[in-house]
Amino acid sequence: MTTVSRRAFVTVLAAVGGGLLVGYRVGDERRVATATIGSASAATPRGFAPNAFIRIGPDGGITLIMPQVEMGQGTYTSMPMLLAEELEVVPDQIRLEHAPPDNKLYANQFFGEQMTGASSSVRAFYEPLRRAGATARAMLVAAAAASWNVDPGSCRAQKGVVTHTPSGRTLTYGVLAAKAAALPVPDKVTLKDPKDFSLLGTPAKRLDTPSKVNGTAQYGIDVRLPGMLIATVAASPVLGGKVTGIDEQKAKAVPGVRQIVQLDDAVAVVADHMWAAKQGLAALAVRWDDGPNAKLSTADIVQGLAKASETAGVTARKDGDPVSVLAGAATKVEAVYESPFLAHVTMEPMNCTVHVRKDGCEVWTGSQVLSRAQATAAAVTGFPLEKVVVHNHLLGGGFGRRLEVDYVTQAVRIAKQVDAPLKVVWTREEDVQHDVYRPYYYDRIAAGLDPRGTPVVWTHRIVGPAIVARFLPPAFKDGIDIDAVDGAVQLLYDIPAIQVEHVRHEEPVLNTGFWRGVGVTHNNFVIESFVDELAATSKQDPVAFRRALLGKSPRAMALLDVAAKEAGWGKPLPRGHGRGVALLYSGWGTYLAQVAEVEVAGSGDVRVHRIVCAVDCGRIVNPDIVRAQIESGVVYGISAALWGEVTLKNGRVEQSNFHNYRVLRMNEAPPIDVHLVRNNEAPGGIGEPGTAVTAPSLGNAIFAATGKRIRKLPLQTGL
Amino acid sequence: MVGLNVNGKVHQIDVPSDMPVLWVLRDVLGMTGTKFGCGMALCGACTVQLDGQAIRSCVTPVGAVAGKAITTIEAIGDTPAGRKVQAAWIALDVPQCGYCQSGQIMSASALLASNAHPADADIDAAMAGNICRCGTYGRIRAAIKEAAQAAPISEKGATR
Repeated sequence: MTTVSRRAFVTVLAAVGGGLLVGYRVGDERRVATATIGSASAATPRGFAPNAFIRIGPDGGITLIMPQVEMGQGTYTSMPMLLAEELEVVPDQIRLEHAPPDNKLYANQFFGEQMTGASSSVRAFYEPLRRAGATARAMLVAAAAASWNVDPGSCRAQKGVVTHTPSGRTLTYGVLAAKAAALPVPDKVTLKDPKDFSLLGTPAKRLDTPSKVNGTAQYGIDVRLPGMLIATVAASPVLGGKVTGIDEQKAKAVPGVRQIVQLDDAVAVVADHMWAAKQGLAALAVRWDDGPNAKLSTADIVQGLAKASETAGVTARKDGDPVSVLAGAATKVEAVYESPFLAHVTMEPMNCTVHVRKDGCEVWTGSQVLSRAQATAAAVTGFPLEKVVVHNHLLGGGFGRRLEVDYVTQAVRIAKQVDAPLKVVWTREEDVQHDVYRPYYYDRIAAGLDPRGTPVVWTHRIVGPAIVARFLPPAFKDGIDIDAVDGAVQLLYDIPAIQVEHVRHEEPVLNTGFWRGVGVTHNNFVIESFVDELAATSKQDPVAFRRALLGKSPRAMALLDVAAKEAGWGKPLPRGHGRGVALLYSGWGTYLAQVAEVEVAGSGDVRVHRIVCAVDCGRIVNPDIVRAQIESGVVYGISAALWGEVTLKNGRVEQSNFHNYRVLRMNEAPPIDVHLVRNNEAPGGIGEPGTAVTAPSLGNAIFAATGKRIRKLPLQTGL
Repeated sequence: MVGLNVNGKVHQIDVPSDMPVLWVLRDVLGMTGTKFGCGMALCGACTVQLDGQAIRSCVTPVGAVAGKAITTIEAIGDTPAGRKVQAAWIALDVPQCGYCQSGQIMSASALLASNAHPADADIDAAMAGNICRCGTYGRIRAAIKEAAQAAPISEKGATR
């Protein structure tokens, strides 16, 4: 992990002024569409911009520049709250702007580059953004004090106004902007004592809601440019396949079709509108060479993983002497768990708009990795980075899918051949069949129990690819993929001998990458299901069994008690119903305990009746957004746990749209109770824990209801 | 030429009669509030109202709506039910990524316009066709109930 020095955050605006900013009035409540896309200049000469996140114009307009993208998780409210708390402005005074790509100004300290993912935004920016706000406030106060020739200590800032307390004189930030801009940026500023927070910790309203209820919110897919054409695309149905020939005649006969673009691995139909593009693509006769993967199916991939699981991996955690303890244990329990490929299926299908001109390239899209989007466009076009302008947008879902820039790369490759701005929109079928999937994981897990049924040894061997090695090579150290073992190496249970290994086995057919919850989602399913198995072997209650092992984890134990109490753990249930519990802790720094109540019908159909979560994510920026993210994660987790599965036949993904990639719907969604524990611990991530904890609690509830232990996801397939 | 009545305005457009209303709205008329999600009437992101009924615009040919009135998210705030739904959505901070919410609001508004006090089963029936991957279902249900309880909102409040 690299860190970004404070200097990078407290930089004069010159650097920002070099790039284009995309203006977007997120908080606007008027009916008119308010997205303004284009060249938002840096501060006017008399404006005040003490760092890359704040700009105050002489008119008093306060613009906050968002380093982290908004994909539903509430960053366009939580990031402004961090800035506004220390800057002493209120949310309705501010205007938001998407940050342009710039790894120097907007790097996420966990990754060393501009990236929104891994539930990291609040953790990464909790202090830097407060510091940015406090720096600006200190300079504005100093400017006011100088105007009045008084001690800055006798002045206070509130709601964008500095007041000289003894005399009651006031000056607004707008009036002070020019003067503040001439002052040196202070090296040290004092951050507020949390007890003095007026905004942080409150359920402040989301700033992006108004535009999301009246159709004015602008996603990448909504981009409209003069002369723009629209394309839709078909990549080789088998990854690694090539186009060997096309017959354009019928496609070109479709009214509105303008051009057919052929790449080595894909074809695109360019048209006046999406309907013509879709019709044209359907009419296009393409001959494919399916390549080396044409015969592979899911079973072949699983066979490879199973074989790899017989070999030792890289040890990521070792306590005591697991091998000999396991050999001597009174009872030995062993299991194999499997987690399938998963698609992300964001509601907004992949899309990217590109205009390749003679002198440069412009890209309009929604991305979790803006600087990577810029870099790939530069690589494809051959332009230097400064000739590639990327305009970010709201993301219609990310879940890790938009951490990849394959759809940007492909759109630029197509647009290079088109003499107009081009919006490339994937159909849902293309989105499902050409995702960068959550990998298939294969886990071997074992434990030894003493004669009283207490675990004395735990060994967990994880088999799957090393996504981090591809995605973020600097973070792949000593052969350990910190993601693949996340949640497993932090095992909370007090067991004297523990071994966690990762056997790196790269996926042979599909592209695989991050998916909400990342490694933790799969590991937590394995761990918490297996702990339940141990409880059953020991004939102990699942909550009591866990509780006895949490002596060294008081935060987890407290949460377990809250969740069990709120869920009515132990109270009788109707026949066919069951409760399951699961705990979560991982690199996100958040603790979560969940109890699920399910009903398994005679037909085997599972219905989730209720989910109770107890959450300890340390200091909370906005409790309503934390609740929303838990609700969100749980729903995403239920879909995946019950039904989520991408399968391959003859190298092709068999699923294609919502009819065969089932996701939870309104009539199936259970009530979700979220109980927040407040404390002063460091902030933890909140976007993904709800997803990661759900599969095991559902699996354990199904076991409670039916006596059937399902070790292979999705759960519904095992019933 | 096809005549299309959208939000009270009639547009004469030169498109094939089998072209779905979704793409006419988005790519011809430039009204991007209505979203593309699946193209098969499976997800509800493209929901608009046709004479007050919620329909999936991605599978509704423009030739089939002649003489009928289409209402989209851009104008649903002009209807009494739409105003209440939008206000409740804001009060409960329903949206997350927000991409499906145009469709959710169009379905919910159609429900409330025809059934002022829907029971849970009515909400399930009306909303089951609208997928939300961010999992806002609980808040949508609560917001529909809140909107059902709300007093009429004056048109002045419709601007959000």
